[in-house]
Parts: sequence; C-alpha cells; structure tokens
Amino acid sequence: MRENVGARGLIFNEPLIFDISREGRDGASIPDGVGLPEKKIESLLPKGSLRDDIEGFPSLSEVDVVRHFTRLSQWNYGLDGGFYPLGSCTMKYNPKINEDMASLPALNNLHPYAPEGLAQGALRIMYELSDYLAEISGLAKVSLQPSAGAQGEFAGILIIKNYFESIGEKRHKIIVPDSAHGTNPASSALCGYQVIEVKSGSDGLIDPAEIEKHMDDDVAAIMLTNPNTLGLFESQILKITEIIHKKGGLVYMDGANLNALMGIVKPADMGVDIMHFNLHKTFSTPHGGGGPGSGPVGVTKKIAPFLPTPVIVENNGNYSFQYGNKDSIGRLRAFYGNFGVMVKAYVYIRSMGGDGLKKASETAVVNANYIKEKLKGIYHLPYDRECMHECVFSDKIQGENDVSTLDIAKAIIDRGFHPPTIYFPLIVHGAIMMEPTETEGKETLDSFIEALKDIAAKAKEDPGSLKASPEKPKVGRLDETQAARNPKLRWRAGQKDG
Amino acid sequence: MRYIPNTDSIVEEMLGEIGVDSVRALLRPIPDSLILDKPLDLPSAMSESDIVKHMAKITSLAGIHLSFLGGGYYDHLIPAAVKHIIGRSEFYTAYTPYQPEISQGTLQAIYEFQTMICQLTGMELANASMYDGASALAEAAIMAVRISKKKEIILPENIHPEYRETVKTYCRFLDIVIKEIPVGSDGRIDVKVLKENISADTAAVAVQNPNFFGVVEGLEEISAVIKDAGALFIGVVVEPVSLGILKPPGDFGADIVVGEGQAFGNPMNFGGPGVGFFASRDKYMRQMPGRLIGQTVDKNGKRGYVLTLSTREQHIRREKATSNICSNQSLCALAAAVHLSLLGKGGLKKVALLNLRLADYAKEKLGSVKGCKLRFSSQIFNEFVVELPIPAEEFSRRLLLEKNIVGGLPLGRFFKGMEKSLLVTLTEKISKEDIDTLTESLNGLLNGGGGQ
Repeated sequence: MRENVGARGLIFNEPLIFDISREGRDGASIPDGVGLPEKKIESLLPKGSLRDDIEGFPSLSEVDVVRHFTRLSQWNYGLDGGFYPLGSCTMKYNPKINEDMASLPALNNLHPYAPEGLAQGALRIMYELSDYLAEISGLAKVSLQPSAGAQGEFAGILIIKNYFESIGEKRHKIIVPDSAHGTNPASSALCGYQVIEVKSGSDGLIDPAEIEKHMDDDVAAIMLTNPNTLGLFESQILKITEIIHKKGGLVYMDGANLNALMGIVKPADMGVDIMHFNLHKTFSTPHGGGGPGSGPVGVTKKIAPFLPTPVIVENNGNYSFQYGNKDSIGRLRAFYGNFGVMVKAYVYIRSMGGDGLKKASETAVVNANYIKEKLKGIYHLPYDRECMHECVFSDKIQGENDVSTLDIAKAIIDRGFHPPTIYFPLIVHGAIMMEPTETEGKETLDSFIEALKDIAAKAKEDPGSLKASPEKPKVGRLDETQAARNPKLRWRAGQKDG
Repeated sequence: MRYIPNTDSIVEEMLGEIGVDSVRALLRPIPDSLILDKPLDLPSAMSESDIVKHMAKITSLAGIHLSFLGGGYYDHLIPAAVKHIIGRSEFYTAYTPYQPEISQGTLQAIYEFQTMICQLTGMELANASMYDGASALAEAAIMAVRISKKKEIILPENIHPEYRETVKTYCRFLDIVIKEIPVGSDGRIDVKVLKENISADTAAVAVQNPNFFGVVEGLEEISAVIKDAGALFIGVVVEPVSLGILKPPGDFGADIVVGEGQAFGNPMNFGGPGVGFFASRDKYMRQMPGRLIGQTVDKNGKRGYVLTLSTREQHIRREKATSNICSNQSLCALAAAVHLSLLGKGGLKKVALLNLRLADYAKEKLGSVKGCKLRFSSQIFNEFVVELPIPAEEFSRRLLLEKNIVGGLPLGRFFKGMEKSLLVTLTEKISKEDIDTLTESLNGLLNGGGGQ
C-alpha cells in the first residue's frame, strides 16, 4: 500500500486580527499630499458628518498583517496542495499562466468607464470568449455579465419571463427535477415562477412520461442539468426537450456539469435554449474560497435580444458596447461582469484549443468511471451504469455499522484528501458525490481509492475510530448547532477568545 | 497536455481496468445522433510563450495615462502585500468552506471581514460578501420588502444609475414598485420631494452617501423623514474609503447598509471582480441573503469558525430561500480585509482625508477655469461634477487625444441635461501636480492656453 499522503506539519495558532492590534501601528504607505493647501477638515464637510473613531478597528504593521494571513492560509486545504474531488464543483487545476495574464497591469488598471479606445484589448477578450462559449455550447449568443452560476440562472429565467411576455403569453410554472441544484428553484422563485418538482425515475434519470404529465400551456420552461447531478447522462434528453418545445416551452440547462461534454455533445443539439456556464468550474478559474466566479448565460438566436445589457459588438476589428436594446432584461450588476475571471477562462481556452477541451472532457469521464469501478461494492453505488464526469455513492453499506457519510468525509480528511460533496444530490440518502476531473493522474486516483478502501475496512473493524476524525487539522469537528443557536457573527471589543 | 497527467497509454490501461475498450463505450448513454462528428471550431492550442505575446499585443493599447475616472470604481493605492496574500494558493485554490476543519483560514479571514464591515458601516452584523454593490442593493430592496411586507422602494436619482437599473431588473417580477425621485439643484436629496413621495406604503428608501455626484448627504435629516414614515433606511456606500472620515449610515439609524468594497484591495479590472458588502441589524439576521460565518468551538472546546444559519440559503430552503446566491466574492473580500488591516484605523483616516483635500483643491482649480463652473455647490468627498462650456464627450475625446489625460466621466450618458457635465474623481494616486496638469490642459483646450 502507498504511504498515506496525510501527514503532519507545524501549524501555528493565530488570534483574531483585532486581538493582535496595537494602537499607533500602521502597515500602509500613504502619500503626504505635498503642496496641498492646509485647511481645517471641519470646513470641508457638512456639519455633523465628520467621524471621530472607528471603534475596534485594528492597527498593525505590514509584518503583522502578512504573518497573520499567512498563518491563516496554512489552515486551508487548497487544490494546489492536493486532490479535491468535490462533485458538482469541478475542482480542476487552476493553471498559473491564467493568473499571470489576469494580473497584467494593462488589465488590472483598466477602469470600467475607460474610453473604448483604451479598452479594445479587454473588449476583444470578452467578445472572443463569448464566441468560444457559443461554439462549445452550440448556442447563438452569450452574455458574460452574470457574476456566478446563480446569477446566470437568474438571467436565464428573466429571459424566459421576458420572452413569454413579448409573445403575449402568461405562463406561471417551471419544471425542476428533484435532483437539481438548490439554486434552480431559488432562481425560478426570484421571477415569481411556481416550481413544479418532478421525481427522477428509478434509474436516476428524468422519465419523459413524467414530464409529459406535467407539461402544459402554463409551463414556461424546464430547468435541467445534463449530465444530471448523479453524473448520469439523460439518455432521453431529445424526447424530453421535444415534449417541452411542442407545448411552446423553453429548455434551460444548468451548465454546472459541462465538463463532461466539451467537444463531445453540444447542449444546443440536445434542444437546450438557454444555459449558464460556470467559468470557475469548467474553464479552470479558481474558486477563491467561495468566489469570485463567473456565470455567463448563452441563448439561441430567437431569444438573443433578451440578453443583459450592454452587449459587445464588433465592427471592422473595432469593439464597442451597445446599450439600449429594448428587449433586454436589463442589467444584473454594475459594469460588465467579473472581467478578471473571464481573462483566466479566455487564456485557458486558448491554451487548450478545441482538441484539448475535448481531451479534458473525455479524461474527466474516464477518471470518474475508474473511481466508480474501483469502489463499487465497497461503497454502495445506487445507480450502477456508465457515469459521465462524476459518480455518486452512498453510506448504505457503512451505515450498517453506524458509520455515516459525514464520518467517511471526515476520515478522508485525515488521509490527506479533500472530501467529496456530501449529502447531495438530495435524492440519494447519504450521498457521496465524487468528481475527480481530468487534472488528476492515475496515481492520485489510486491513492484516493486506497484511502477509501481503508476507511471502509475501518468501518467494519473499528467503526468508533472514524467518529473521532478528523484528527489532523488544526481543529476537530465543529459544533455547528451551537453556531446556529447562539450566533456569533463578529468580533466585539472586550471579547477575548482563543 | 500539461494540465492532463493521464497520457493516452495510461488512459488505455484505465479503460482496461474499467472493462471497456474505448472512451466511446463509456459514452454509451449518449445517443449517437448527439455525438459531435467534427471538432470544435476554436483556435488551436497555444504555447505558454505565445499566449504571453498574444496578451501583451492585444492589451498594448491600454497605455499609461493620467486618469480622473471614478463613479463607482476607484483607483486607490493597493499595498504590495495584498497581492502576495491573496496569491497564496491555499486561499485562492480552495473551495467554499463547506468542510470547516480544513477551511479555517478562509473562515477566520472572512469572519474578520464581516467584523470590519460592521465597524466601517456602524452596523451590527454583515455577511460574507455579495457579487457587487449594485446586486447587494437589489437584495437589500428585496429584503426590505420581505421585512416590511410593503411593496414600494424609493431610489433618489443620485444613486449610481447602474445600481438603480440593477434594482429594477431584480425587482421587476416580484411585484415591487420602484419609485425614482428627482434630487435637488444642490445635487443632494431634496427632503421636500422625499416627504412628498414617502408614505405608509414605502418599504424602504435607499440613500447613497457620498452620492453619485460625489456630494455628501445630510443623513440625519433624511433618516428622520424615513423613520417618521415607518420605512426602512438602506444606506449605500459606493466609495467606502469615505468611511474613514464620514460618519457611517449605521450612526444615523440605517437598517441595512450595502455597498461596493472594490476600493479596498481589488484592482479595477474593467469593472470586476470587486466585492459587494451587506450589513444589517441583529433583529434582521434571519432575513439576510448570502453566507454568514459564525464562531463556535470544536469538540475539544477550541475556537473555530463555520458557515452558519444556512437554513436561509438556497441549498436548504430551495425556492423559499432569502436569495438564490451561492458563490460570492470571497477572495475579493479577503483582499479587502488584508488592505483594511494594512491601512488600519489611522491609515484609513489618513487616506480618506487626503482624498478629501485633493478633491477640494481640484474643485477650486477646475471651478476657476474660464468657461467652467461647478455643477453643485455642496460639499463633496473625493469626486465632483464640473460643468464645461462644450459637450463633455467631445471634450474628453480631445483631452485624451491631445494631452493623454482621461479627465473624468461624461454624465450625459446617464442623465438628460447633463451633456456638458464631467464627474472628476481624485484618489491618493493623484498628486497636486497632476491636478495642476489637468487644470492647464483644460484651460488650454477650452481657452487656447494662457492663464486662468
């Protein structure tokens, strides 16, 4: 057996930044304003608006600050440090050249209201990136404005709402399968749609007959994910989208799982009218501990006029923003989106090329099937068939010894890996959802598989020992009940902890 | 391919162990008719060195120029240390901290961010971040409607125009009425107009301070009008450096304070990513959108942090969630926390004061150029509107072409009747000499050179 990759290192304790503050210290170099006239501050501001103090705000030197946050960073598990098989999250390697190109001073220092003549490079990157996403999805037009997947969904649902309004139809419902991400029903609700939850079939797939039953003139759209959140390709997708289209509905695809499809299938060919992309999943941009992401939304030609404003147009190699499209849903945020994230995705696509993207998807599928085959039988596999880029197990076998998915996840930590996504999708009791991505080599997968086998063995021999994990991180299992019951969401002066 | 460790022969080996003979066999569930029969029409793969050259080439036009742009995004000095901290891959390559034991770095840092936002805004609690200031304002409007069970939101026209547009997009299908009210000739909210428009049906009034024209509002009086009508007061802070010197909305009884934190630690990046912030009162804790990080203990009693109160969120409540937000702007919030820590209490005040003094000096200089005048006489923080004798768009084009200066933001695109108005912004990156240069250039362009 390979050596367990989880080992120990020196971990520092570090108080809250407010507790290491010392009045009078400063950590930033600020110009003196040489030559400016000396005036009383009070004379420059309206009466009663001058602030006297920022209570509790820290004062530190640069050294203090750097050491503080460096120590904090060491308590994090990052993708650069190890395997991160979070299902539905596509934690693929974040190429370093992307970071370098996104921090070019010419882009970092570009103001959103810079004259278009100065912004040609940025506009070109955005224009070309939307074109690439259109080609990958088969859709006609893509807007890069949404800040993350959920905002992309919101944009998509708004487009649906506006489209039906434009043709004088009032539809009130959206069909969402029970395996969907929570953002799907939440985004639908933001537009006042009633959510019709449709049960998945016993094979884990959407049953066209079930859709047929719910589809009528009051259903605006279906929101589906393909491959679905079980990692299974919806084989009946053509039938499903046909049922929707026949009754005048639209098909929205959650693009969270696009990493299974690049260069293999185009969503538009499946009958998808609208989808969002997650640049922070499929297109290798880092997750940053929870963001920033970027969630472009793509549409067919018919509904392209509804895209958010502004759109970028090209004329003889000259790029500009176009405002004032009367059918547009409007804007979702200030300016044009998370541009810095777009640059990284752009560089990624240019680095990979079309063939590289296809290879990425194919390898992601091979890696997921490899894990699935190797762990099948050791962990319960509720849907035993070819998977796409991820596979979903459950804790059914280990549950016989009172070992839960949570215990398994925490035991994985002690063995040096980030746990898979747990308890999602909701339709699998005790789900353990693994997405290896294409950026992991066979050796990594093998050592992960070994670790999972070891945990399964422990679950039989000494289940109690798993309850103690994780033991290697800085803190053990945290009391989430107390956190919610007695919420402490900020530091306050006089409060000393840790 | 350098990002895919499994070579063709390793893939062969793995397929063998899976028990299939080809990748296509694994794709069996996909109908044949859907499988692409030709490669994606994308540019072919580029080497790292070619990418570097390509990017240098297409971004070369951006050039170096003196710029006085603001209006929602600000070019502040970012200490070198910020980039080094957020460049630590333990931070930037981590996922959302769903596994708290191995995410304490992100969790504690964002808990510190939440605290700093509370301190800056004078509020009781803050969330882990929103996409940006505009969408945060939209979420605040929705939250205010949820709390008050009333349907009307008042937005004075001196709130950033793109923020108002965003609120309208978000609220359009939620049966919320957005009432935009005109502002006074001094650029501030006209209390009389506000009184005429506010009523028992008003859920909330949003007040941006300093407002889009850079003018400092009289929050005490406005707050009293809002409270008298029984509406909620949403404070909006688009230029948060101002909080180093201005009394925060929280001190005037704001119920919700939202804004944009880009000014701290995040370069302009053509408009994103920055970081929206969202602060409120303890009594509204369970109505908050977005993630909240809370302090707790581990099984050994050791202090630690977790995502908490998640029953408000989409992954638990689904269509009944307080918002659909999932990913936020965590790394940008971290950048803001690092920058704020470096500035510290004294530094923040010092930088805010410098912005104020620079703007005051620029206001006097530009206001005294022949043919120009200040649009509003009111006191400002770090930006102000100057009225030119010619259309501001045309002036800006000439100033850039002839002097390589971006003089400010022409406001005609946002407001009818302001075609000759230019919003001029000053930050600590600008020196007195830069302001003198702008003044001379302005004078030269408008009056053919010579004295003022």
